[in-house]
Amino acid sequence: MHEGNIQSSETEPVSSSLWRDAWIKLSKNRLALFGLFILLTLILVSLLTPIIAPYGYEEQNLALGATAPSSTHLLGTDIFGRDMLTRIMYGGRVSLMVGFVATSVALVIGITWGAIAGFFGGRLDAIMMRIVDALYALPFMIFIILLMVVFGRNIYLLFLAIGAVEWLTMARIVRSQVMSIRNQEFIEAAYSIGLSRWLIIKKHIIPNTIGPVIVYTTLTIPSVMLLEAFLSFLGLGIQPPQSSWGLLINYGVETMEEYPWLLIFPGIALSLTLFALNFLGDGLRDALDPRASKD
Amino acid sequence: MLKFLLSRIAQAIPVLLVVVTATFFIVHAAPGGPFSADKAVPPEVIEALEAQYKLDQPVWRQYISYLGDILSGDFGPSFKYPGRSVNELIMAGIPITAELAFYAMLVALGLGVLSGVGAAMRPNTLQDYAPMTLAMIGICMPSFLLGPLLVLVFGIELEMVPVSGWGDIPGDKILPSITLGTGYAAYIARLSRGGMLEILSQDFIRTARAKGLSESTVIIKHALKGGLIPVIAFLGPAFAGLLAGSFVVETIFQIPGIGRFYVQAAFNRDYTLILGMTIFLSTLIIIFNLISDLISIWLNPKLRDEISNG
Repeated sequence: MHEGNIQSSETEPVSSSLWRDAWIKLSKNRLALFGLFILLTLILVSLLTPIIAPYGYEEQNLALGATAPSSTHLLGTDIFGRDMLTRIMYGGRVSLMVGFVATSVALVIGITWGAIAGFFGGRLDAIMMRIVDALYALPFMIFIILLMVVFGRNIYLLFLAIGAVEWLTMARIVRSQVMSIRNQEFIEAAYSIGLSRWLIIKKHIIPNTIGPVIVYTTLTIPSVMLLEAFLSFLGLGIQPPQSSWGLLINYGVETMEEYPWLLIFPGIALSLTLFALNFLGDGLRDALDPRASKD
Repeated sequence: MLKFLLSRIAQAIPVLLVVVTATFFIVHAAPGGPFSADKAVPPEVIEALEAQYKLDQPVWRQYISYLGDILSGDFGPSFKYPGRSVNELIMAGIPITAELAFYAMLVALGLGVLSGVGAAMRPNTLQDYAPMTLAMIGICMPSFLLGPLLVLVFGIELEMVPVSGWGDIPGDKILPSITLGTGYAAYIARLSRGGMLEILSQDFIRTARAKGLSESTVIIKHALKGGLIPVIAFLGPAFAGLLAGSFVVETIFQIPGIGRFYVQAAFNRDYTLILGMTIFLSTLIIIFNLISDLISIWLNPKLRDEISNG
C-alpha cells in the first residue's frame, strides 16, 4: 500500500501533462473544437428539452396543419400541426441516448474482454481473440434487423443489439494496447519495486489504454446513432409515440414534395451531429494517439 | 498459400453454422406463429398449413431437416407469397441488387480513388482539403437522407432524372447508384489518401523520383499498388455495407431487389423468407470478406512472406 502511494504521487504529474498536451493540441484544431461545442450544446439542449421546448411534444393543431417555418414555429409544423423544433429536440434526446447507452454497452464488454485477453495472453488470449474474429465475420446488420423483427421493436433490445455489435473493435484496440504496454520496461520496473499486479493494472495499464479508448468511443457514438437512424428509417428501430431523428426523416420523406422542411431540418440535425462527433473524434485521435493511423 | 486458403475456408464453416443455427432459433423463438395474424382461420386449416410447413414437429427435428434442406440448396417455400419458393424470390432479386451494387461500387471507386490520390499528391493544400471535407460530409450524410435529397433536387425540382424504378425508364439507375455509392466513395477517398501518403514518404519512391521518373509514372507504376492496399482490404466490409445499404436505397427508389424483399419480409413476418435470406446474405458477405482478405495478402509482399513462412 505504501509503495502504491509513492507510485501514484510520481505518476500524477506525468499523466496530467499528457492531458494538458492533448488539450493544447485539441484546442488548436478548430474543427474539433467546433465538434466539441456542438456536442456539448446538444447534450445541454437534450437535458433541458422538457423545460425549454416551445411546445408540447404531442401538442397537435389539426386546423393549422403543415406550415413552413415562421416566427411562431421556427422550423415549421408537420401535417398534424405539431411544432418541428419541439419534435426535433425530443427526437434528439432519443438519438443521443441510443448513441451513449449503446456505446457504453460496447465499452464495458469491449474493455473487459480486451483487457483480460491482453493482460493474461497465451492460450486464453488466443481463444478470446478467435471468438472476436469469428464474430467479425457475422453480418450483424442483418442480425439486428432479425432481432428487431422477431422480438418486437423494443428500445432496450436496440441498445443491447447495437452494443453487442460495436464492442468487437474496442476489444481489439484495448487488447493490442494492453499487450504492448505489458511488455514495456516501466512495467517490469514496477514489478521490481514490488507493486501488486492489481496496482499495476490500475496505475499503469488502464491509464495508458485510455487515450485510444476515448478516441474510439467518440467515433463509435456517431456510428451507433447512424445505425439507430438507419433502423428507425426502415421502421425497424424506435417506434411511435417515441421519436428519433431517423424516424422524423422517415416521415419527412413521405411528404417531402409538399413540405420539404419536414425532411430537411431533421436531416440537418442528424448530419450536423454526426459531423461534429466525427471531427471531434479525429481531433482527439491526433491529440491523444498520434501513432494511430488515420483511416 | 494454399494451406492458408484452406484454413480460412475451414474457419468460415463454423461461422456459417453459427449463422444458420442462431438465425433458425431466433426465428423459432418468435412469439406467435406465422399464421397467428390471419384472423378467423378454421383450426383445421391452420393444422394443415402447419403440417405443410413442418411446424407440427419438434423444433430440433425441424432444425435437422432445415439443415439438410439448405445443404441441398433448398430454402423452402415462402410463408407469405403462396406458391413461391424462397429460392425463386432470391433469384429474382439478386441480379437487380448485384447490378445496383456494381454501379455503386464503380461510383465509389472512381470518385474515391481519384480524389484520395489527388489529395495525397498535394497534402495540406486546397486539393487535399476540399475533397477531404467533402468526404467527411459524404460519411456523415446517410444514404436515407442523401437519396431523398437527390430525388427532391434532381428528380422533382429540376426534373432531370427519373425518381424511381429500375430499368423501366432510361436514366432511372443514376440516382440509386449515386446514393448507394457516395458514402463508400468518401471512405475510399480517406483510405486511399492515407495509404498513398504512407507509400509516398518511403525511400523507394524517393529513388524513383531521383532517377528522373515523371511524377505520373511514380504514382501509377510505383505508388498505387501499395497505396491502395487499405482500399482493397476495405472492399469486403464495403460489400457487406452495400448490401445493407441496398435495403434503404431499394426501398426509397422502389427497386425490386433483395434488399427490398428483405425489408418487406421483415414487415410481413415471412419467417422462411427472412431465414433463407439471412443465411444467403451472410454466406455472400463471408465469401466476399474472404476474397478481399486474399487479394490484400496477395498485394502485400510482407503479409505474403509471413504466411508462406508459417
